[in-house]
Amino acid sequence: MIIYGTALLAVCHLLGIFLGDLLGALLGAKTNVGGVGIAMILLICARLWLHKRGLMPAQTEMGVGFWGAMYIPVVVAMAAQQNVVSALRGGPVAVLAAFASVLVCAVCVSLINRGERPAPEADAEARVATQRA
Amino acid sequence: MLELLEKTAKHNGLVLAFALVGLVMIVSMQLSRRLTFGRVHGSAIAILIGLGLAYWGGIQTGGQKGLADVTLFAGVGLMGGAMLRDFAIVATAFEVQVVEARKAGLVGAVALILGTILPFIVGASVAWGFGYRDAVSITTIGAGAVTYIVGPVTGAAIGASSEIMALSIATGLVKAIMVMVGTPMAARFLRLSTPRSAMVFGGLAGTVSGVSAGLAATDRKLVPYGALVATFHTGLGCLLGPSLLFFATRALVG
Repeated sequence: MIIYGTALLAVCHLLGIFLGDLLGALLGAKTNVGGVGIAMILLICARLWLHKRGLMPAQTEMGVGFWGAMYIPVVVAMAAQQNVVSALRGGPVAVLAAFASVLVCAVCVSLINRGERPAPEADAEARVATQRA
Repeated sequence: MLELLEKTAKHNGLVLAFALVGLVMIVSMQLSRRLTFGRVHGSAIAILIGLGLAYWGGIQTGGQKGLADVTLFAGVGLMGGAMLRDFAIVATAFEVQVVEARKAGLVGAVALILGTILPFIVGASVAWGFGYRDAVSITTIGAGAVTYIVGPVTGAAIGASSEIMALSIATGLVKAIMVMVGTPMAARFLRLSTPRSAMVFGGLAGTVSGVSAGLAATDRKLVPYGALVATFHTGLGCLLGPSLLFFATRALVG
């Protein structure tokens, strides 16, 4: 049944958020520490465990797959409720601080990713990309 | 007639949001195909339209939640709120290749730490450059450059003024929007093509909203890897902001 998948997702989500809150309280961080990440790891483990025992029919997978596919629409709805007006009114300090930190981080991402040893297929992809460029 | 229509919409907020976002997606996909010949991802255009609608909503109502403050579109607030957003992000974990994720574990953690400390230093320096001299204000603005949640949490913990808190939140919001819009454009420069590169990006770019939207607009397959790391970002920032980073700033500026 499709609800089994959605219920599994829900249980992992709730447990992850709870553990994230618990971790935050233990560390004195006053916020959730990695709750969503913990939930993701729980779901990955649950999938592997159930799959090995043959308890994960296609129907059940669809109950999770649907929500994964809804991800982009949900993100669009999230964008539609950002406080864009106050972001734009933040003035030069906000814009400059944000821009400079994005720039520094982008350079860092680029540097670290350039150090990645390309896997065979990634290599082929990169070659295609350079040819296109 | 119109009243009835309005009543239907108001009583079915979430359903209306599904229809509205669907409409936005159709328009974006068509724009992407016809105007840019597929060069700009449809999701990127959809997110831009979303931000535009948020601006319109903010101007109309003077509220803080963009389009969701317009009574008619309150359902957008539920659909794009933290609950469904996190639910959908967790669901994407179903597609994670465990081997890939494990390979990048360490580099993801390093990126996460860099992604907290570097924006803080940059933000704090900008605050100093604009004439802020007290440790509390500098720390709060620096924390805002990490994410727009770390900023106010840190500010509240160390007793910043509401004016500085607003500035700190604005910094984080501008950063999130820049990441959302800029990621697909900079994808090639960032070498954003493998699970490992997405995890590095997730750690350094921070802000779940920025990373999730930026990756969605770049390559949907990379989303779970980036999100897996980014979700620890706010927690780490809220942990370090009012403690280590504040003490270091106070030691430096007196």
